[in-house]
Amino acid sequence: MGQIQLNQVTKSFGSVEVIPPLDLTIEDGEFCVFVGPSGCGKSTLLRLIAGLEDVSSGMISIDGADATQTPPAKRGLAMVFQSYALYPHMSVRKNIAFPMKMAGIDQAEQNRRIDAAAKALNLTDYLDRRPGQLSGGQRQRVAIGRAIVREPAAFLFDEPLSNLDAALRVGMRLEISELHERLATTMIYVTHDQVEAMTMADKIVVLRAGVIEQVGSPLDLYNRPDNLFVAGFIGSPKMNFIEGPEAAKYGAHTIGIRPEHIDVTDASGPWSGKVGVAEHLGSDTFLHVHDTGLAETITVRAPGEVQLHYGDAIHMSPRAELMHRFDANGLRMA
Amino acid sequence: MATQHSRSAARLMMAPAVVLLLGWMLVPLTMTLYFSFKRYLPLRGGDLGWVGFENYTRFVTSSAFWPSIQTTLLIVGGVLVITVVLGVLLAILLNQPMWGQGVVRILVIAPFFVMPTVSALVWKNMFMDPNYGLLAHLWKFFGAAPVEWLSQASLPSIILIVSWQWLPFATLILLTAIQSLDGEQLEAAEMDGAPAYKRFGYITLPHLGRAITVVILIQTIFLLSIFAEIFVTTGGAFGTKTLSYLIFQRVLESQNVGLGSAGGVYAIILANIVAIFLMRIVGKNLDA
Ligand SMILES: Nc1ncnc2c1ncn2[C@@H]1O[C@H](COP(=O)(O)OP(=O)(O)OP(=O)(O)O)[C@@H](O)[C@H]1O
Ligand SMILES: [Mg+2]
Repeated sequence: MGQIQLNQVTKSFGSVEVIPPLDLTIEDGEFCVFVGPSGCGKSTLLRLIAGLEDVSSGMISIDGADATQTPPAKRGLAMVFQSYALYPHMSVRKNIAFPMKMAGIDQAEQNRRIDAAAKALNLTDYLDRRPGQLSGGQRQRVAIGRAIVREPAAFLFDEPLSNLDAALRVGMRLEISELHERLATTMIYVTHDQVEAMTMADKIVVLRAGVIEQVGSPLDLYNRPDNLFVAGFIGSPKMNFIEGPEAAKYGAHTIGIRPEHIDVTDASGPWSGKVGVAEHLGSDTFLHVHDTGLAETITVRAPGEVQLHYGDAIHMSPRAELMHRFDANGLRMA
Repeated sequence: MATQHSRSAARLMMAPAVVLLLGWMLVPLTMTLYFSFKRYLPLRGGDLGWVGFENYTRFVTSSAFWPSIQTTLLIVGGVLVITVVLGVLLAILLNQPMWGQGVVRILVIAPFFVMPTVSALVWKNMFMDPNYGLLAHLWKFFGAAPVEWLSQASLPSIILIVSWQWLPFATLILLTAIQSLDGEQLEAAEMDGAPAYKRFGYITLPHLGRAITVVILIQTIFLLSIFAEIFVTTGGAFGTKTLSYLIFQRVLESQNVGLGSAGGVYAIILANIVAIFLMRIVGKNLDA
């Protein structure tokens, strides 16, 4: 009751092909996250699944049935928009009731579901307010409430947290994850924030210019990125890439090493350089090291508080077993 | 900073405009009030002295008074209904992406730039004339007897002419309002299972509420005093005599300035009653 399959789906706006032929299967109950840089076609892909855009070619099936020509309302999917898209002249209660009213569900059942959703989302006190009288986080919850009461086959979220401040974003992230555990409904979630992707997803789909670069679980992508793009996109701070003679030592065109896989050593180590900016986060310290002769900057994560400052000379040793090797085309070498 | 100082400077600089506007409004108003208590017949003896409220009682007891009120309200109401309904439809239509959108929009707005007198004459002679009007030709083409629009259907004809003039105004305001509607709301409603007509009813129309209010308010103020359209078409005959036309007749045709002024005061009162009514009904719409 919520398996979505895309088969050779393409989408063009006029002569611009935004999505070249694309295959993807999202299993029932899965939390699938689309990530990618701005303009790569995440929203477009989501809108194709929702039915708000027509595919240029290819087939979309929901639970095995062809839904390519099915109008959005009949697909049984609920969408939460980035702008929330609440109805400004209706109270919160009426907003949440709207899809049920359209479906002709009887009043008693409507009230039951509204109360349940309001309770789950902490909206009980706000049911009689208008959206304009709510905070960003509350509006977001109303939008989710409006999606829940339909009991859809799958939820579609388009960057639902991007309008919220950092603290609220973390809170809502947890709430959405919890909601997914409780409802066990398929969720497709678009974001360009790789932390959201890593923390929430069962499956991450990394997109670039409409092309799927890699599909896999967060840790798959972290541990075995298929190419330079995925390697650079997943993980924070970004992976270090080193080309040239140092990479040749490992028999690769480019080697990649994550900041957390480099150890700082005072006296000796294969790599050396001068500390540039040191970012002290308390739990970790990120050192941006210059003058290494390897790449412009090497980012290193040192655990805890490190007494290193601008201009200090340090040595570093990468953990060779955690190094990623890429060939001249940017693809992973075995 | 010296807010006190700049405030008095501002007052000083605004003063000429305020005085001019006040004079503009107060002088005619005072003169109307002054004459309304006089017996003043320019061609039959001039100022014949104070008469108290006689003009007021004579104006309302004349057999033409109540029909003129009724006609006024019918025209205002009719034009409002037509312009708002068609205005909403046209605005929705013009908001669709289509070929030659810019030209079409200008064409739709064009009637607003035609002077009332001219447009009424055009309608009267080119469309509604029973002998050589376009509509007469159309009727004849289908073998029907041409309608003498301005005598047989005088009130609807005038409502038609005035609506044609005011439709662009309504369309323009409603179009700008419709363009500010968030497309995602409509998409959300579509996903929520609302068919097109329900999306219109539940999303678009409430969104337009405020713009419709503005259209109704502004049009009412102007429509209460329409004159040219009646003057050049029926000349107030065939039950098209509005309050403002009646006042015109009293002053210029019967040369009774006092009686006309009393009518003018009634017109002011009527306009205010309507305005208060409208404000009450739609006021909560405006401050929402
Ligand atoms: N209606 C449209 N007409 C033409 N081009 C469009 C249209 N909608 C999107 N595009 C183009 O398609 C590409 C993908 O857009 P899309 O909105 O899917 O990006 P996105 O991945 O969601 O980006 P963001 O993270 O910024 O939201 C962009 O290059 C955009 O310019
Ligand atoms: Mg987007």
